Amino acid sequence: MSPILQGIITIIIGVGGCVGYFFLSNLILDTLIYPARGKNIASNIRRANMVRPWLFLFPAIFALSLYLVYPVIGSFLRSLYNRSGNEFIGLQNYVELFASPEFRTAFLNNILWALVVPAGATAFGLLAAQLTDRLSWGNIAKSLIFMPMAISFVGASLIWKFVYAYDADIGLINAIRAGLFGSEPVDVMQIPFWNNFFLMFILVWIQTGFAMVILSAALRGIPEETIEAAIIDGANPFQIFFKIKVPQIMGTIVVVWTTITILVLKVFDIVYTMTGGNFGTEILPSYMMSFMFRDDGRATAIAFVIMLVVLPVMVWNIRQARAEQR
Amino acid sequence: MDNIAGQKTGLAWATHISVLLLVLIWLIPTVGLLISSFRDRDQISASGWWEAPFAVELTARGRTSAEAVPEGGGFVITGNIFDDEEAASYFGASPGAVVAFGTRGAAPTEFEAGTVADLGDGESLSINPDGTYRWVTPEEPGSRGQRVYFAANSPPKFTLDNYRTVLAADNMDRAFINTLTVTIPATVIPILVAAFAAYALAWMEFPGRGLLIAAVVGLLVVPLQLALVPMLNFHNAIGVGQSFVGIWFAHTAFGMPLAVYLLRNYMIGLPRDIIECAKVDGATDFQVFTRIVLPLSFPALAAFAIFQFLWTWNDLLVAKVFLPSSDEAKVMTVKIADDLLGSRGGDWGILATAAFVSIAVPLVVFFTMQRFLVRGLLAGSVK
Repeated sequence: MSPILQGIITIIIGVGGCVGYFFLSNLILDTLIYPARGKNIASNIRRANMVRPWLFLFPAIFALSLYLVYPVIGSFLRSLYNRSGNEFIGLQNYVELFASPEFRTAFLNNILWALVVPAGATAFGLLAAQLTDRLSWGNIAKSLIFMPMAISFVGASLIWKFVYAYDADIGLINAIRAGLFGSEPVDVMQIPFWNNFFLMFILVWIQTGFAMVILSAALRGIPEETIEAAIIDGANPFQIFFKIKVPQIMGTIVVVWTTITILVLKVFDIVYTMTGGNFGTEILPSYMMSFMFRDDGRATAIAFVIMLVVLPVMVWNIRQARAEQR
Repeated sequence: MDNIAGQKTGLAWATHISVLLLVLIWLIPTVGLLISSFRDRDQISASGWWEAPFAVELTARGRTSAEAVPEGGGFVITGNIFDDEEAASYFGASPGAVVAFGTRGAAPTEFEAGTVADLGDGESLSINPDGTYRWVTPEEPGSRGQRVYFAANSPPKFTLDNYRTVLAADNMDRAFINTLTVTIPATVIPILVAAFAAYALAWMEFPGRGLLIAAVVGLLVVPLQLALVPMLNFHNAIGVGQSFVGIWFAHTAFGMPLAVYLLRNYMIGLPRDIIECAKVDGATDFQVFTRIVLPLSFPALAAFAIFQFLWTWNDLLVAKVFLPSSDEAKVMTVKIADDLLGSRGGDWGILATAAFVSIAVPLVVFFTMQRFLVRGLLAGSVK
């Protein structure tokens, strides 16, 4: 069967199945189990309304627990077993990981990514949001800065491969260096340590638009009076921006920052496409993929380390969400 | 409001220039990719894409003819170098001016065009900018003419050859269809499931609701990497294996936290009066949901659909793990990252074209649906 046909059938079965499930389960609940008639009508309606939320929630909860909750436990358990999965080895996988220099490089690089990319993207986003705010062509500018959001990490990596290329007839950076200073070309992907920053910039390039859109909405939500008062008091534009505007949107800045941090810890595509983890650019997600299909024990151990790194952000997020609800 | 009298013009200019600079940095790499994808492959390696509108100096080789005319004790061979098939093959229909020429591969541009080069033993050769040459030799040449090397300007040349190669020879067309096959069900199916759940979390009273909402927020953050090994083993155990069905399941579930979160945030903002009126009038929750909440939530549904579409279209990780690694099942991201970068690593025109084929659809979706995307982002992040 061709994949297209299979896809069409899946859409029909999937959507039809969902509609059918929700419709029929409601029908059965209302007419067969707790019919809204007879002598128990009041208690039946009450009971039906107690069950109904769970009917609505069931498919989503099922998918979430199977694909996201169970793996947290499943991965942890698997990481306690050896490569073929038949021998319990305790924390041996973790011990070996922390002893390996590659893992340490990946871990440290990952910390660097998690600090630099959110900082860079938020800073550029805030700058773009503030500068385009009252510009006549601000919307076009925003649209263009936002555009990389639509591009895949692989596509973005290829785009930047053209900028970073060694050949001065392909790579913009080397062409500019040759044109301005007459320097010999360098392969920026092989400069120790700094090559990480060139990779990070690709993700900053992608994420700045996201930060800009949200921060620009937040900037517009600032009450005008506070700015008016500052102007009357003689504040200059920089003081207005840093002392009046930024403090008022601090909450949003933090949300943007954490959202990008979470994303950074998932992205393996850029390193995988640009360097394959060579030249000291390995990060945890790409390091994990190098064990995927080869050593499930090691791969799950790395995945669990990523989880542990994300955990503080997760706790913070939940607390934030709960505070909002009150 | 921000501008203070007196400082206005200077600051306004600075703003314009900074924004322009920022936009250029953000735009130029993509433009470069697009231009490169339309350039001829010889020209790509001879000059940067920023020089695309200008002529490129290409080094070519050819052979003069061997039809000698006796003249003054020697032989003279004349003709036009571009009449030679080999030489012409470098340039296409309208070759530009010859800049320099030579007779040795090691020094292909030894002599300037228009000058007479002394080749020793009474032999001489000259090639004019228009390609006409005059070769004087004391002995009658054999059946083959003189080997010449020359550099000539090749006018800018834009072709669709790269697209033909990528789509036909590199199976990118197949990968395109595969990507589409993965993306559409993986975008459509989660919406309905998530919408029902979001409605329950937004407008139904039941014990444990707060806890479930917190759980959804927490699951937003769980790294996908954790799910790869256990779920692949699970798929293998239930007989799904690495297949399209498997990746549809995976994408549906992985998109679920964002979908529920986004839709709930939107639905809770709907006016309470409408929903309560409907309930007073005797509508059941099912009716309230299908008749009132679902139609009113259209912007949020659209926003999520765009997100999920972009995410599944652009995904590399899930496709690498949950799809078979055979060529028939490769999606475009995997095709580019695993195949083309290896086998076509130095072929920049092909790489640019493949990248552009893979980002074209998301870009179209992005520019046509930007309104919804922005609204969705705002609903999801700022409250």
